[in-house]
Amino acid sequence: MKEINSVGIVKPETFKCTDSIELSCGEKLDNYNLVYETYGKLNAAKDNAVLVCHALSGNQHVAGKYKKTDKYPGWWDNLVGPNKPLDTNKFFVIGINNLGGNEGSTGPKSINPKTKKIWGANFPIITVEDWVKTQKKLVNSLGIKKLSAVIGGSLGGMQALEWNLQFPNEVSNTIVIAAAPNLTAQNIAFNEVARQSIITDPDFKKGNFYLNKNKPKRGLRIARMLGHITYLSDDVMGSKFGRKIKNKKYLYNFSTEFEIESYLNYQGDKFASEFDANTYIRMTKALDYYDPTKKNRKKLSEVFKKIKSKFLVISFTSDWRFSPNRSKEMVKGLLANDVQVSYAEITAASGHDAFLMSDDHYHEIIKSYFKNMSISK
Amino acid sequence: MKKFNQKIRYDFSIIENWTHANSKVLDLGCGDGSLLNYLKFKKNIKGFGIEKNPDNWLLSLKNNIDVIQMDLESGLAGFETNSFDLVVLSRTIQSMRNVEDIIHEMLRVGKEVVITFPNFGYWKNRLQILQGFMPVSKELPFKWFDTPNVHLCTIHDFDNFCKKNKIKINERLILTDKKSVNFYPNFFGALALYKLVSK
Repeated sequence: MKEINSVGIVKPETFKCTDSIELSCGEKLDNYNLVYETYGKLNAAKDNAVLVCHALSGNQHVAGKYKKTDKYPGWWDNLVGPNKPLDTNKFFVIGINNLGGNEGSTGPKSINPKTKKIWGANFPIITVEDWVKTQKKLVNSLGIKKLSAVIGGSLGGMQALEWNLQFPNEVSNTIVIAAAPNLTAQNIAFNEVARQSIITDPDFKKGNFYLNKNKPKRGLRIARMLGHITYLSDDVMGSKFGRKIKNKKYLYNFSTEFEIESYLNYQGDKFASEFDANTYIRMTKALDYYDPTKKNRKKLSEVFKKIKSKFLVISFTSDWRFSPNRSKEMVKGLLANDVQVSYAEITAASGHDAFLMSDDHYHEIIKSYFKNMSISK
Repeated sequence: MKKFNQKIRYDFSIIENWTHANSKVLDLGCGDGSLLNYLKFKKNIKGFGIEKNPDNWLLSLKNNIDVIQMDLESGLAGFETNSFDLVVLSRTIQSMRNVEDIIHEMLRVGKEVVITFPNFGYWKNRLQILQGFMPVSKELPFKWFDTPNVHLCTIHDFDNFCKKNKIKINERLILTDKKSVNFYPNFFGALALYKLVSK
């Protein structure tokens, strides 16, 4: 994509919510901040707003750059912008950093107003349900009563779904990509390994490390490396890295030799220097807890009864962390309720990461879907 | 909808006649979604499509059809019993592997079923076989080496199949060049259209 289609230089803003929120865990926050960005213009009827929900390590910076010299644009810049699949000439797009996030929204790094100290370990665990509640506050504060669409991949897809369960009358279209209605045991298992690697890092100090010189980077690094393995498919790892080594010969020591090792180390280091360990373990918990079926006591088809929005569900063939079968479960539940749903199973090699990639067919689907949405002029 | 702007196939109007107004229709192998849009336009149906091919799937989506990408060979597992008024399988049955399974699945999901297929017993097909070749025609446009068709049948074959499987034939129409054929249809008919229900 050319730079021409970029939303350009953007600036994050802060929504200061003074309404308290009763969290799923039972705790209460009297007020909180949410950092967000918007692209495009809200029309007079205020019916062209699209909320982008982020995944595990995402944030409000969906598209554009903060300054020209930024190395990378926002995390979904290939999808969001003028004349891009989610066209900011037509839609008013909102990116948000979820409560408990890493980019300035109230979270573990913030000061607890009651104690005047950094929250750290005491910051409560926030759930998908909580996020959607707070997202709605932000959306309403912008004067929007009903979202034209809510879109998200992976954990973001769960939020998009949850919007329909909490506020079925306030969303017209829902796009759920590479997601699942709840996590499988295997998926929770990966999250637990990630959490344990962070929690057992000697520098983690039970989550109260902010005033220390050493941050729990080792744990975060390993958690991210593990994550990256599961976001890719065996095939794409094979074709990208194979058994390629950096040196001509084996060194017979434990330095980084295979290219896959160096990729994982690079990704791990990069992430560990940017991300907050407390946020990471809480995000994985939000993933684990989300379950509209309430431990299978309810069928999805029952849970989905209240849904009114149209749905587009997308999965990727090589995604084994959020496999197509999990998307099909959602589609089945939607069909059982006569919800207008389209489902695409995209042939892609990249695994779970495919939802962030710029694949022509994938983007054409999103583009077409948004093109068919009618909004006021 | 103001005007119907997709290509209309001549068998659409027959399926239209067999479709109740305001009903819920599932089109298996819906292609670009033209039949469903035609039925929406004429009969105000609520339509869903199933399409395996990614390009056709995208065409359906672009044409405002709610379309599920899946392989019919694995059945209609995602669909509840009796959840549609009508399930249509148009000119596809001959290319399917599990013909018996899909027909039973259609009868499970739909209260009524429409199946259309090219009649292999059509005299032009028979003539080409007599001349020593695999038939190639308007209804069967493929050469033997590139045909997707694996289960071609005649009208007699299909009638027997329905009888054996206790499927009731509610309507049957045989066409050649857009005209109805009543005289020796298994010999003079090119395209067969059936409306079926479970007995």
